[in-house]
Amino acid sequence: MTDGLVFSANMDHEWPAEGLKRIPDWVYTDKTIYQREVERIFHGRTWNYVALEAEIANPGDFIRSNVGPTPVVVARDQDGTIHVVENRCAHRAAEFCRELSGSVTEFVCPYHQWSYELNGRLRSVPFRRGVAGKGGMPADFEPTRHGLRRLNVTTHRGVVFASYADDMEPLADYLGPDILREFEATFDGRRLRVLGHYRHTLPGNWKLYHENLKDPYHATLLHTFLVTFGLLVAGNRSLMLADASGRHGVMCSAKSEATSVAQEHRAEMRAYKEGMSLADPRLMDFIDEFDSPWSVTMATIWPNLIVQREMNTLGIRQIVPTGPHEFIMKWTMFGFAGDDDAMTRHRLRQGNLMGPAGFLGLEDNEAIKFVQDGMLGVPGGQHLVELDPATATGTTDTLISEAAIRGMYRHWRGVMGL
Amino acid sequence: MQSPDTERHLAALLLHHEIELFNTRYAAALDEQRLQDWVELFVDDAFYLVTSRENAEQRLPVGLIYSEGKAMIQDRVFALEKTAMFAPRYLRHVIGNLLVLGEEANGDLRAQANYVVLQVLFDRPDATLHQIGSYHDVFCRTVDGLRLKERRCVYDNLLVPNALCIPV
Repeated sequence: MTDGLVFSANMDHEWPAEGLKRIPDWVYTDKTIYQREVERIFHGRTWNYVALEAEIANPGDFIRSNVGPTPVVVARDQDGTIHVVENRCAHRAAEFCRELSGSVTEFVCPYHQWSYELNGRLRSVPFRRGVAGKGGMPADFEPTRHGLRRLNVTTHRGVVFASYADDMEPLADYLGPDILREFEATFDGRRLRVLGHYRHTLPGNWKLYHENLKDPYHATLLHTFLVTFGLLVAGNRSLMLADASGRHGVMCSAKSEATSVAQEHRAEMRAYKEGMSLADPRLMDFIDEFDSPWSVTMATIWPNLIVQREMNTLGIRQIVPTGPHEFIMKWTMFGFAGDDDAMTRHRLRQGNLMGPAGFLGLEDNEAIKFVQDGMLGVPGGQHLVELDPATATGTTDTLISEAAIRGMYRHWRGVMGL
Repeated sequence: MQSPDTERHLAALLLHHEIELFNTRYAAALDEQRLQDWVELFVDDAFYLVTSRENAEQRLPVGLIYSEGKAMIQDRVFALEKTAMFAPRYLRHVIGNLLVLGEEANGDLRAQANYVVLQVLFDRPDATLHQIGSYHDVFCRTVDGLRLKERRCVYDNLLVPNALCIPV
């Protein structure tokens, strides 16, 4: 795709004088900024989502994942411990694990058959002593010093996180109490059941996905379907929650009846369509199964996790950045082990709302592409994020706000030194 | 007079042709974005699914599109035509390698075929391979001719390019 960054490659990264009310394009388009993000954010002091425990239920089970762009393998050891290691042989760097998931007793690199324990320890090197007294590794070769690169691991309520930082604070402190409460409302202790995956590319900068879910304004305008069927309408009870650091957020809303959309709001929304109905209204049924005042919560957990609780369709979205202009999104849709067949099918039907073919999901993907296209087509500009001046940054109870986006950039600038 | 073998052979050829013709009309309805016509190719209790081969092989039930019944298929068309925002595009569905697998006791027909969907966006010059996969079908005979009782679209590509706006 277009590498429209010839301009910004040597540009001074100077933030606009207006402060957080502006976001310069180079934040989204500059390769050097992206490289610094990998180093300071994804490989820095963050907890990165890597898997659900349900995906590696038994000893020996593994799944391929990523921390930022870096491929990792998440595996459950014989004693139940979960390990996260880089998918890169310590010998010649080969990405040794090729299957998306599976079950093994050891990892063997196919190139020269170096083998590793599930915890990453080097187990054997073929012909380490050479043949007939010739060749082989030096006598002082120390296998314990040549294992796979291991990451720090933590789990909470069946969700597995990894970090390149060995001295990370506990996940609960990383999230803060407000975000943790919403996380635990969705992951309420019931055992998870994986229903399947969606994977798609998205031709935009990875941060735009966080911003889209810290931008409740768009939800009432872009998503005609939501508005038409009363799921999220300006004036509904809602909250845009941010943690103290500004990096995490949860967009929360309570469903209303579409007929309750006030006349004054309808006039503002081109999207609103009156008197429409679904041929199969089961799609919009909400079975109240959570201890929460909200029927919908979208949690953005820095830097690579979105937790979707859209009524009864539940999903993880994992951001895998591949450069400044594109990222991969891996979704893991789930229900609970105790769901009966009717509940599972309800979740699957409601899944039509989200994902790359979802009535709402496809619109988000398109909108984010349009934003990146706009910057590539007309580079060197800046974005305007001024809504809700009464809240400089952070939590707000109006949907017509960009305060959470400003809060995210306050944090980002600190980490990036910009 | 034709031998019973020849008659069976001719019947099989006719059925093969009939399903091929159905698939050609199905592709035309989607390519021309006549989505209402596409809905009419399903019976009332039809199941329509679009999922990855990764999910199908692991027997995971999720679908990018998961429609239980024609009403849900109709609602998707409603959403796409009346509410959804996506960039304009041209699509070309190419269906081939039809295999008629057999006939159930109730007269339903099982078949499969390969498909390719190419997409052209107006801001990118070339057609791109949007999806490649296979249809796993159950057809039934109605007074209007063959209709789909079940179509499971299983795509091989690991990644969906951005958004799947028009059905497969």
